[in-house]
Amino acid sequence: MNPGNVLGSSSISFSRPVYIESAASVVGKKEGEGPLKKKFDKICRDPMFGMETWEEAESSLQKETASLAIQKAGLKIQDIRMVFAGDLLAQTIASSFGIADLGLPYYGLYGACSTMGEALSLGSMAVAAGYGEHILCATSSHFATAEKEFRYPLSYGNQRPLSATWTVTGSGACVIGPRPPEEKRLSSIQSKDGFAVITGITTGRIVDFGLRDSLNMGGCMAPAACDTICRNLRDFCRTVSDYDLIITGDLGEVGQKILLDLLSREGFDAAAVHQDCGLLIYDNKAQDTHSGGSGCGCSAAVLAAHILPQVASGNWKRVLFVPTGAMLSKVSYNEGASVPGIAHGIVIEHADFPCRKSNGCTDI
Amino acid sequence: MTSEEYQKNPKEYEQYVKSVTPSHSLAANMAKAFLTGGLICTAGQWILNTARELGTDAETAGSWCSLILIFLSVLLTGLNIYPKIGKFGGAGGLVPITGFANSVASSAIEFRSEGQIFGIGCKIFTIAGPVILYGILSSWGIGIIYYLFQFLEVTV
Amino acid sequence: MDYLNAFWVGGVICALVQILLDKTKLLPGRVMVLLVCSGVVLSAAGIYQPLTEYAGAGASVPLLGFGNILWTGMKKAIDQDGLLGLFTGGFTACAAGVSAALIFSYLASLIFRPKMKE
Repeated sequence: MNPGNVLGSSSISFSRPVYIESAASVVGKKEGEGPLKKKFDKICRDPMFGMETWEEAESSLQKETASLAIQKAGLKIQDIRMVFAGDLLAQTIASSFGIADLGLPYYGLYGACSTMGEALSLGSMAVAAGYGEHILCATSSHFATAEKEFRYPLSYGNQRPLSATWTVTGSGACVIGPRPPEEKRLSSIQSKDGFAVITGITTGRIVDFGLRDSLNMGGCMAPAACDTICRNLRDFCRTVSDYDLIITGDLGEVGQKILLDLLSREGFDAAAVHQDCGLLIYDNKAQDTHSGGSGCGCSAAVLAAHILPQVASGNWKRVLFVPTGAMLSKVSYNEGASVPGIAHGIVIEHADFPCRKSNGCTDI
Repeated sequence: MTSEEYQKNPKEYEQYVKSVTPSHSLAANMAKAFLTGGLICTAGQWILNTARELGTDAETAGSWCSLILIFLSVLLTGLNIYPKIGKFGGAGGLVPITGFANSVASSAIEFRSEGQIFGIGCKIFTIAGPVILYGILSSWGIGIIYYLFQFLEVTV
Repeated sequence: MDYLNAFWVGGVICALVQILLDKTKLLPGRVMVLLVCSGVVLSAAGIYQPLTEYAGAGASVPLLGFGNILWTGMKKAIDQDGLLGLFTGGFTACAAGVSAALIFSYLASLIFRPKMKE
């Protein structure tokens, strides 16, 4: 059987849904004080996660989240066929040092803050093609490692502009597979009402509108999100109202405004269905996070803690998850290059339990 | 404008992004910078006056003033208090000599994990190094002009 | 009186630099360089010394004053040693400040650990 159909310019519609077997999220103290505080699996008050350096802390965070996702799916580590994981650090060391300890076959990814979208895209393609029963997708970010990597030492007294976002200390991980979790493992799934399944993806393009302001990531990434959302709608022949929710990764307040503006000029009015993970994770006013949260842990943790449970319970029937990333390095920035953006689209749908109705999946 | 048109006109897009991006109130920020910077300078003045009272000459008093302010700034950086001063005061925390000391101390503390040589050693001047380089270079450049003028005056 | 002068002159310099920070894309590192170089130029032009006499620490504590110290030291060294002074003046003048920053910071790195921002 053909694993999926290629649609339009850059989308895939899977013939059989890819099941999200489990999802786990672990976040830091500040995220644990935000509006989603009750939804995360674990909140760690120690920003060092018991380690000596910030980089080790992020590795430990990602490893813990990955292990938790595997555990929640009722699996053993060796049941995982392969891992797609990434983070924001140079040469993605947080993932390689974190996941390496699990001893699993591993693909390290870099898509800046869009990495969870990249991991889920590649993971679900591998699942659809039959290359694995259980595949782990995980990303993480840490405020301190990101500041050190991209900006200033933590104790440097600088002022952040209102367009700046706050890097989320957190990690999200999902185990995906071609079949719904077995009944005996149902207790570990977040809802008895059904599952969240991935039914399609739209691969992002690097979109560059020439903006150079690394402290206004929303403005750099909004065009990429707009591009991916428009192509998703055209490729799948859908309208905005076919989605209960279109949720971007970390555009923040500034980026959201720009995205809705750009979309309306393309003829799509998404104001009623659009949300942004970066705007959900913090209370910007009370927590002084300016434009919102960012980082690849932001979209991943919000996906695992907030979006997937709502889809599984059937509150939302179909969601377009669009993690956004800004492709820059210190070098490219110093050399005067612009900051292009990328966004990957993941179509996540509710599937009833037992899954016999939609999506042609009757053969369990 | 549609996305396609913006992509062809980065200037237009930059203008548009600027128009939708909120910014801090400049007046409030200036007031905070004035207050913070003013207070740090007043503290400096107190050190100057005290040193003079103890009988030092103006130049030595100035050196003691820098020395003590730098020490306090490094201490406050280590105690994680200077970042708050910098965040509140903006330029008020950046412009005084204490801002220079903060940039040196924060780099040293942050990069210690990467070792004595390649961590602290190489990265201690990540932010403040340019200040030394261009300070020395510009005074050297003007020094050459000054030297030539003196040389000419002597010969003429 | 000298406290008042130090306060308002130092404050005004910082407030003016705040405009630069907010209205241009200049990052803190560039602003610091700009200040020191301007200090050197203003000092060489003979403008800064009178200000230092009027405002005391209000003029010497901002990084402009660091530039002033550099130039004053450079001039003195050239007057004394001629050509060689061009290469000894700068570092001699800023020796106390730079050494203090380096030594205290090194000691701080032994005592303090990096901490999260709130």
